[in-house]
Amino acid sequence: MTKEQLDKILESAKEQLSQCMDLTAAEELRVKFLGKKGELTNILKQMGGLSAEERPVFGQLANKVRTEIENGLSERTAALKAELAERTLQAESLDVTLPGKAQPVGRLHPLTATLNEVKEVFLGMGFDVVDGPEVETDHYCFEALNMPKHHPARDTQDTFYINENVLLRTQTSSVQIRTMEKRKPPIRIISPGRVYRSDAVDATHSPLFHQIEGLVIDKGITLGDLYGTLELLMKKLYGDDCKIRLRPHHFPYTEPSAEVDIMCFNCGGKGCPMCKGEGYVELLGSGMVHPKVLEGCGIDPEIYSGFAFGIGLERITMGRYNINDLRLLYENDMRFLSQF
Amino acid sequence: MDLSMRWLSDYVDIEDMSVKDYCSGMTMSGSKVEVYETEGAEISKVVVGKILSVAPHENSDHLVVCMVDVGAEQPVQIVTGAPNIREHSVGALVPAALDGSTLPGGKKIKKGKLRGKESNGMLCSLGELGLTLHDFPYAIEDGIFILQQETDKELIPGMDIHEAIGLNDTRVEFEITSNRPDCMSVIGLARETAATFNLPLNLKEPKFKGIYGDISEMLKVSIENKELCSRYCAAVVKNVKIGMSPLWMRERLRASGVRPINNFVDITNYVMLEYGHPMHAFDIRYISGNSITIRNAAEGETITTLDGQERTLKSNMLVIADAEKPVAVAGVMGGEYSGIMDDTADVVFEAACFDGASVRTTAKTLGMRTDASARFEKGLDPRMCVPALNRALELVEELGCGEVVRTVIDCSNGVDTQKKAPFDADWINRFLGTDIPEGEMISYLEKLDFKVENGYAYAPPYRIDIECKSDIAEEVARLYGYNNIPKTIIRGVAAATPTPEQVFSRKLLSACTSLGAYEITTFSFISPKFYDKINLPADSKLRNSVVISNPLGEDTSVMRTTLIPSMMEVMARNYNNRNAAVNLFELGNEYIPGDSELPDEPLRLSLGMYGGDADFYSIKGMVEGIFDAVGIEDAEYEPCKGVSDAFDEAAAFHPGRCAVVSKDGVALGILGELHPKVLENYGIEVRAYAAKLNVPEMMSAAVLQKTYKPLPKHPATTRDLAVVCDDSIPVAKLEKAIKDGIGGKILETITLFDVYKGKQIESGKKSVAFSIVLRSSEGTLTDEQADNAVKKALKKLSEIGAELRQ
Repeated sequence: MTKEQLDKILESAKEQLSQCMDLTAAEELRVKFLGKKGELTNILKQMGGLSAEERPVFGQLANKVRTEIENGLSERTAALKAELAERTLQAESLDVTLPGKAQPVGRLHPLTATLNEVKEVFLGMGFDVVDGPEVETDHYCFEALNMPKHHPARDTQDTFYINENVLLRTQTSSVQIRTMEKRKPPIRIISPGRVYRSDAVDATHSPLFHQIEGLVIDKGITLGDLYGTLELLMKKLYGDDCKIRLRPHHFPYTEPSAEVDIMCFNCGGKGCPMCKGEGYVELLGSGMVHPKVLEGCGIDPEIYSGFAFGIGLERITMGRYNINDLRLLYENDMRFLSQF
Repeated sequence: MDLSMRWLSDYVDIEDMSVKDYCSGMTMSGSKVEVYETEGAEISKVVVGKILSVAPHENSDHLVVCMVDVGAEQPVQIVTGAPNIREHSVGALVPAALDGSTLPGGKKIKKGKLRGKESNGMLCSLGELGLTLHDFPYAIEDGIFILQQETDKELIPGMDIHEAIGLNDTRVEFEITSNRPDCMSVIGLARETAATFNLPLNLKEPKFKGIYGDISEMLKVSIENKELCSRYCAAVVKNVKIGMSPLWMRERLRASGVRPINNFVDITNYVMLEYGHPMHAFDIRYISGNSITIRNAAEGETITTLDGQERTLKSNMLVIADAEKPVAVAGVMGGEYSGIMDDTADVVFEAACFDGASVRTTAKTLGMRTDASARFEKGLDPRMCVPALNRALELVEELGCGEVVRTVIDCSNGVDTQKKAPFDADWINRFLGTDIPEGEMISYLEKLDFKVENGYAYAPPYRIDIECKSDIAEEVARLYGYNNIPKTIIRGVAAATPTPEQVFSRKLLSACTSLGAYEITTFSFISPKFYDKINLPADSKLRNSVVISNPLGEDTSVMRTTLIPSMMEVMARNYNNRNAAVNLFELGNEYIPGDSELPDEPLRLSLGMYGGDADFYSIKGMVEGIFDAVGIEDAEYEPCKGVSDAFDEAAAFHPGRCAVVSKDGVALGILGELHPKVLENYGIEVRAYAAKLNVPEMMSAAVLQKTYKPLPKHPATTRDLAVVCDDSIPVAKLEKAIKDGIGGKILETITLFDVYKGKQIESGKKSVAFSIVLRSSEGTLTDEQADNAVKKALKKLSEIGAELRQ
């Protein structure tokens, strides 16, 4: 065996590696040169015939050749693998514009979605959410709210009666009384729920709709607090740019009473057909709780004062989503429900 | 309340303020303006025309050709077919619509040819100007409106028609709240106007001269029921001349939305509109015994009212009666036979005050709300009777239509009706959150005719709404301007906590939506027929609903006792609208009558689905998914075969594809495929599925507060097991046998992965395959331990007739 033989093997391995085009061929080369019966191994087997001086020199040389072939092989293999991976990725390309596999998505009704947002705002301001019965007594819906029988204000709330004393509540204000009877001030609550009025169904009327009642009772509550609180609520619901105004009105259970208008989104207050030229759209009713109502619930109006308001959930929802017909909310057509 | 701006100007001069600014100012001080309109706004280029000549039309029998002076250099030729324009009409003044003019209803007039004769416009009838005979009684309905010189202002050709007939008022429509009947009047609104804009209010005390006479010889008045009639004032006008009211009065009535009738009726309406206090006029001829008694009607007594209807009265109704019979329903409407006729000679004017609640009940019971009853029922003050009566008498003299007997009758119950409330400027500022000087507050109140004295604000007589110091605060606030009040946020910190029920409801909502369902919102009232539609048995307790006594219609007449019909309606609507598949839910109340005055309103969750690949196991999967999400474990499903103690709705379901789900013996819900008959009732032609779940029961069954279980330390062993058993044995029973056999200590899960019937399986039998995961918390299970567990399971399975599949 000679150094020339080793050089030749190295030469031939390099030559063949450079021509090797796939991983199988690379493996074959490994076996051919480095395998148990490979060319290099064969040469090394002849080392026994060498002298003691020659053996380490030749061994060193042979190892060097082996390392070079090994390095060459692994470089080549790595390059081939990378190439293969690249080819596979190319081959696996998809049409990413094809539609995805459908996963079921459900949605809340727009009324609930809106209500949840209103609730969030009030929870953050420390308002508890309370419920009350929808089938209600005349006492809680009217009498205790300073509307005795034959009070003309009852005309503005066409009522469904079950019998002389039981009715479908026309307003969530009934919950004010139930709450004040049970809790002592300070009180901060909202009470969302269904209310009923004998109005035929059309684009803006429904015999059933939703109100969100609010009530705050404490020492030193002012009309300014009512104004500030409602403005904060509206800004949270409609954004910081929205503007509200308070307008004197009359409700038997509040004094002073105010209706709250919001600046028309359509015209920004200039006046347009949507707001009937007024620049503002009526949003909700509110006021300072009438001393008679407080007294009736055992709360001393000389010590405590408070405000109450009632928001129409449909009105807010329709405003938020630009829904122009109230009936859509109760028809529950999938093509409608799936839009929110 | 429609306010004539011309009328208003008698009392307040709003100078050059625009109507828009006026309306917005009034709205912000509490008198909300709904809308305003200018009379005759649709009419343009219509002028007074003087007919110069009328010639026959050569091509027509009924048309004539007129030359009309319209104030232009040259007269214009206008062809008309009106029967009242003939040769004798020469010199008459008529409304002439010129070429390019517009009329009410969007009608446009253009010149053209009528049967070959040029016509440069149109002569107009009353109707074409949007008017009626009530406005101009001397006109005719079927012909051209021949104008009469009614005022000092001379009608000349070319004069704009608006000006010529006074059709140029502006009408402002106010929404008057029920606490302010005084604002249902011109003077009331004038007072608000003056206070709002800080303008002087020009009020005059009404005065009449009268003639000598003693009314007590002509009429006797007695009040029997002094509670319901606090005051009754009467005056007599003799030798009346019934006729048309002057133009100015007719104009104002028209602008206020009241039809002119004759001078006496018009005076009563005019005073009601001006003072807000209703009046009534009788023909004294028909007051039998010349005596008037204000008393309760006798039960069943009848009266024919002015509208010609015979009314049967009840004993709680107040009437104005003569010696024999009722002549008017107090505060509501007069009787037909005592009303003013063309030949009436002597008239009695009444200005009285009746109890609001009584008038309201009577008007409601009789089904006739009138302008008078609308005012009385809100509450009027007896002190307003005399000024109103005096104003009517003043108008009689102004119109020269009768002789007023100087003495008048005034019966009163003598009750002091002065209203007052404490006035405390500091308290008002604290209550409003303002810093308004006391003097400023007093000036606001004085503008509204209040007197502030000795710590009290004394209300004027017409302010029946003033009761307490908050009322005074409101008066101050609205004139100060609500929007000038500084906005503040409520002080103090409050912590709000949702109740467990609210938290649970939220979990339900999010569980349903995350399972792909869409929420619906439906009406709480349904038709009682819907119970038939969902196949409820005739004796079902669910048919006992809360019934609305005055429903809008049969469809919405009872409060639902079950959510299922509401869900069915929505599924049917979607099906009809060709929505191919739906997966819906509703979280809503049912209304269950009980022993107490109010019904129970339990919260329920309904589910509904059809289309796609929905089957029984889809709706069951929804229920399982919801249970999983809210923490209900190990619920049991049992077939209900169309009958269930807990749910009468079972009858709505397919008897072989319906289950009642319960936990620890408490029924939580019912679910299944809907009965084909029910689907047919709703016109749904595919299989559909529904469920109803009881929320409070679910909440009791749920683990609300979950605790962490350590993740397993040791590997699990899986064994698959296929058994053969009778087809009738439910899978749940097999699972229970496996559970009982292996025991909870090492059994982790049982998962059904196949149910097979057919080849290789005897008929009437099925093969059921489970994958069983075993795991011990103490160490890795050996094969022997696992095999042992399976053996125990097989033993239990064998006891119920299920054998290992060979």
